[in-house]
Amino acid sequence: MEYTLYILLLPLLSFLILALTGMKWTHRAAGLFATGLLAVAALLSWTAVADYLALAPDATGVRPELLPFCFEWLPFGHGLGINLGLLIDAPSVLMLGVISTVSLMVHIYSLGYMKGERGFQRYYAFLGLFSFAMMGLVVAPGVFQMYLFWELVGVSSYLLIGFYYTRPAAIAASKKAFIVTRFADLGFLIGILIYGYYLGTFDFRPDPAALAAGGMMLPWALGLMFVGGAGKSAMLPLHIWLPDAMEGPTPVSALIHAATMVVAGVYQVARLFPLFVTYAPEVLHAIAWVGALTALYAAIVACVQTDIKRVLAFSTISQIGFMMVALGVCTSTDPHTGGLGYMASLFHLTTHALFKALLFLGAGSVIHAVHSNEMSAMGRLAGRMPLTHITFLIACLAIAGIPPFSGFFSKDEILTACFRYSPTIGWTMTGIAALTAFYMFRLYCRIFWGKASQETEHAHESPAVMTLPLLILAALTCVMGWVPFGTFISADGTPYEIHLDMQVALTSIAFAVVAIALALTFYLNGHSTVPTRIEKACPKLHQAAYRRFYFDEMWQFVTHRIIFGCLSTPIAWFDRHVIDRFMDFMAWSANAAGEELQPLQNGRVQTYMILFLGGIVALTIILLLAAEGMF
Amino acid sequence: MNILSLFVLIPLLMLAGLWASRTLNQTRGVMLAGSSALLILAIGLAVEYTNLRQGGATADMLFTDSVTWYEPLHIAYSTGVDGISVVMLLLSAIIMFTGTFASWRLKPMTKEYFLWFTLLALGVFGFFISTDLFTMFLFYETALIPMYLLIGVWGSGRKEYAAMKLTLMLMGGSAFLLIGILGIYYGAGATTMNILELASMSIPANIQHIFFPLVFLGFGVLGALFPFHTWSPDGHASAPTAVSMLHAGVLMKLGGYGCFRIAIWLMPEGAQEWSGLFLVLTTISVVYGALSAVVQTDLKYINAYSSVSHCGLVLFALLMMTRTACTGAILQMLSHGLMTALFFAVIGMIYGRTHTRDIRLLGGLMRIMPFLAVAYVIAGLANLGLPGLSGFVAEMTVFVGSFEHPDLFHRVCTIIATTSIVITAVYILRTVGRILYGTCKNPEFEKLTDATWDERTAVICLIACVAALGMAPYWASTIINESVAPVIERLACS
Repeated sequence: MEYTLYILLLPLLSFLILALTGMKWTHRAAGLFATGLLAVAALLSWTAVADYLALAPDATGVRPELLPFCFEWLPFGHGLGINLGLLIDAPSVLMLGVISTVSLMVHIYSLGYMKGERGFQRYYAFLGLFSFAMMGLVVAPGVFQMYLFWELVGVSSYLLIGFYYTRPAAIAASKKAFIVTRFADLGFLIGILIYGYYLGTFDFRPDPAALAAGGMMLPWALGLMFVGGAGKSAMLPLHIWLPDAMEGPTPVSALIHAATMVVAGVYQVARLFPLFVTYAPEVLHAIAWVGALTALYAAIVACVQTDIKRVLAFSTISQIGFMMVALGVCTSTDPHTGGLGYMASLFHLTTHALFKALLFLGAGSVIHAVHSNEMSAMGRLAGRMPLTHITFLIACLAIAGIPPFSGFFSKDEILTACFRYSPTIGWTMTGIAALTAFYMFRLYCRIFWGKASQETEHAHESPAVMTLPLLILAALTCVMGWVPFGTFISADGTPYEIHLDMQVALTSIAFAVVAIALALTFYLNGHSTVPTRIEKACPKLHQAAYRRFYFDEMWQFVTHRIIFGCLSTPIAWFDRHVIDRFMDFMAWSANAAGEELQPLQNGRVQTYMILFLGGIVALTIILLLAAEGMF
Repeated sequence: MNILSLFVLIPLLMLAGLWASRTLNQTRGVMLAGSSALLILAIGLAVEYTNLRQGGATADMLFTDSVTWYEPLHIAYSTGVDGISVVMLLLSAIIMFTGTFASWRLKPMTKEYFLWFTLLALGVFGFFISTDLFTMFLFYETALIPMYLLIGVWGSGRKEYAAMKLTLMLMGGSAFLLIGILGIYYGAGATTMNILELASMSIPANIQHIFFPLVFLGFGVLGALFPFHTWSPDGHASAPTAVSMLHAGVLMKLGGYGCFRIAIWLMPEGAQEWSGLFLVLTTISVVYGALSAVVQTDLKYINAYSSVSHCGLVLFALLMMTRTACTGAILQMLSHGLMTALFFAVIGMIYGRTHTRDIRLLGGLMRIMPFLAVAYVIAGLANLGLPGLSGFVAEMTVFVGSFEHPDLFHRVCTIIATTSIVITAVYILRTVGRILYGTCKNPEFEKLTDATWDERTAVICLIACVAALGMAPYWASTIINESVAPVIERLACS
C-alpha cells in the first residue's frame, strides 16, 4: 500500500504551490486546484480503507499492521531518534478516510462560502497544510512523529482561526488557541521525554523487555501525554480556546474544530490504549472522569449560549467528553469483557465527525444567509432554506441519539460500556445525552422555527456547491450507524459483533425523546415564556452558565496578573534597573577612580617631588621595621 | 597551502579590494564576489568533509596544518576542522552573504562600512578554522573590535553608549579568557598551544578548577550568559541591520563554540565540577530571557532577549555534557544563527521603512508589506520551534539529550528550560498580532512599499536555510554528533 504516501503528499503539494504562487492565480482556479488535489487524496484514502479491509486476517481475526514507508529523520544517539513513516492499521486508515472525506466536503463547500473573500488562495493553502498535518498525525508510527504533526496542526489551526487578520477578535482567538494548546503540549513533550528515556524508543509498540524495565514510569509518561491530548481536545480546564476559535471561517470550524483536530486527543489515547490499559489503568480511569466532567460542563453551558457557533462548539466539547469517557471506562483490551469502550469511542469519533461537520456546515449556510451568528437574527428559516433545514434536522436527530441515525448507534455503545464499568457514570452520561438532545433542539427551533427576525426576510437557500456537501454528509449520517464497525476495529483487533443492549437503548431513547419534546414546547413557536421564567428564577446560575462558569476569567487572571504582572514585568524591570545598572556602575566606578587619581598626574614637578620623597621615606621605614623583625 | 587558509585569505583580498574600490558599484562588486566565494568555499568544504568522513577518515580534525609563528611560546598558526567547525563556517558564510545583501543600500560611507564588516568576518572565519589557543584568541579579538565602530558610527539610537557598553563587556570577558588560556598553557606544561595536542594531555585538576570558570565566563559573556547579557539588548538595538545579523547570528556563536572547544574539551574535570553552578545560571538565562521578552515594546529588544533565551539554551545543553545534548547545542547554535539573522534582517527592513520599532505604533503591516510580514511570521514560527523549521530540530535534540540525566537536579533544570517553549510562543504571537495583523495605525505607513530585490534575496536565502535544516536535519545532526564524540569520551574518562 505504498500509494498511501500520496494521500499525505497531495495536500502538501497543494499547500506549497498555493503558498508560493497563489497570488498569481484567480480565486476560481486556486479553489478548484486545491479541491481537485484533495479529491484525489480522498479517493486514495477510500481505496486504502477498502484495500486494508480486504487484507486477510490471521486465525484470530486480527489484521496485520503495515509500515509501507519509514525512515530515520533525526537521530539522537543511543538508538533513539525520530522516525517518520506511515503506520497503516485499522484506526489509522479509518482516520484517513474520515479526515479526507470531511476535508473534501469542506473544500467543496468553501468554494461557495468563501467566494470573493480577500485571501481566498491563502485560505486554500492553509486548508491543504492542515489536511497534510492531520493525516501525518494519524499515520504516525511513534509518539514523536505524532508530536511533530501535532504542532503542525496547531499552527495551521492558528493560521486559519486568524484568517480574518484585521479583526481584533480573530487575532486574539488565534493567539489564545495556540498558546493554550502549546501550554498543554508542554505536558505532551515532557511525557515523550520520559517515554523515550525509559522505554528506549518512541514507537507506539515498545519492546516488551524495555516495558518490563521501564514500565513503572509509564503512568507518568502517559498521564503527561494526556495533558497534551486534553489541550487539543478541549478537556476541562483547557477547553477555553475552542469556543473562541469560532472566530475562524465556519468551514474551518467544521473541519478543524469539530471533526478532526479536536479529536486528536481521543486518537492519541486510543493509539496508546494497550499501554494505558496494562500499565496505567488508574490514569485511564482519571481520563474517564475528566471526560465526564467536561461533557457535563459543556452540555450545561451549551443550553444557554445564544451564538449558534458557540452552541455547536460546546456541543463538540461535550461529545469529545463522551469519547474520552468511553476510552476511560475500559478495563481490558478484550471487547467482550471490558474493552468495548475503545470501539465505541472510535465509532463515535467517526459518526460525530460526519454529523458535527454537517451541523457546522449547515450553520455556515444559515450564517451565510442572515450574516449573523446570533440566534436572535434567525427564526422561521425552515421554509426559506429547505435543504439546509432538512440536513440540519437529520444531524440534530443523530446527535440527540434517535434511531436510525448514526449517533444513536455509537452513543448507545458508549453508554453500554459506561454501564458495564459503573452505573454512576452510566446514568450521568445518559443524563448528559438527554441534555444534548435538549440544547440541540433548542438550537434547531430557534434557527428554523420560532419568531422571524428582520434579517431572515431576505434569506434564501445557499448555492448548490454548498448544499451538495450537506446532502452527502446527511446521507452518510443516515447510513453510518448500520456499518458493522466492531468487525473492523476493536481494542485487540479481533472482530466484535455489535448488538444493541435493549435496556440501555430504550432508556436513552426515552430520555432523548422527553428532552426533545421539552425543547419543542419551549422553543417551537417562540411564544413560550417558560425559558425566560426559568432564567428569571435563577439569574445567578444563568449568568454563570452564560459566562461559561468564569473559566476564561480565571485564565485571564493567571496570564495577565501572574505571568505578565508578577513575573515578566518585574523581571524586565530587574534586568534594566538592577543588573544593567550594576554594569553601568562598574563602568562609572572605573571612570570615577580615574577622575580621582587624575590630580596625581598634574604635571607639576613639585608634586612629583613630594610624592617621590614621601615614597622613599615610607619604604625606608617599612624596610627598617622589617629588618627589626617587626613583621 | 591549506584549503582552510582561504577562509582568511579571501577576506584579506576583499579588504584590499575594498580599499582600492573607487565607486559604490565597485564596492558592491567586491563584496558580492567575496561573499559568494566564501559561501561556495564553505559549501565545498562541507561536501569534501562529508566525503572524507564517509571515506573512513577518523582523525578528530581534518585538513590540519600548522605554521610556527613564535617558537618560544609555541604559538603557531594551526588550522583544522571537524563537523562542528564545518557547520559554523557554513553558517558564517551564509550570514555574511545575506548580510551583504541586507546592507546593499546602506549609506553613508558604504566602503568604510564594508571594510569593517569584512574585518569582522575575517575574525570569525579565522576563529573557526584555528586550533591554536593563541591564534584563536587573536581572531576572536579581531572580530570584536570592528563591532565598536560599526555600531558607534552606523548605528541608531543611543549608539555611542551601546557600542561602548558592548565592547567593554566583551573585552572584560576577553580579559578572563586570556588568563584562562595562559592557565591552560602553563597548566599543561607549557609545551604547546595546539588544542589537538592539549586535548591529549592532562591538566592537573586543581588548575582546571581555577581556570575553567575563567574560560567559561570569558566565552559565556559573548554567549549572553546571565547575568552578563545586558550588552545584548542595547547592542542589538543600536546596531545596523547586517551587524545585528552577523553579531547575533555568528558572533554570539563564538561564545558557545569556545565554551565547548576550549573550556569543556580541555578541562573536563573542571567542567564537571563547575557544571552545577553554571547550569543554574544558564537555566535562569533561558527562562529569564524569554520572560523579559514578553513585556518589551521594541522589536529589537524582544529579539535580543529572545536571543538571550536561545543562546542560554546552547550553554545549558553544553553543560549537560551528554553526546545528544551537545549535538543539540551545536544544532541550536546553527538554528539560532539562521533564524535570528532572519529576524534581525526583517526587523531592520521594517525599521528602515517605518522608522520606528515600537510595537505600539505599528500595526496592519501584513496588508502593506506582505512579503516582509510573511517572512517575519516564518522567523517567528522558527523561533517558537515549529516542526519543519530549524528551531524544532535543535530544541528537541537538546531536550532529549538533557533528559538523559536521571538525577533530580538535571531533571528539574530540563523541565524548567522546556517551559521556555511556551513563553516563546507568547512573545512571538503577541508581536505578530500587534504589528502585522489588525489595522494600520498610522496613515503615513499606507504609502510604504514592500521589500526590494536585494532584501528579498537576503530573506529568501535565510528562509531556505531555516527550512532546509528544519526539514532535513540528518546531515547536520550526524556530522555534528560524530565530532562531539571525542569531547564526550574525554569527559567520560575524567
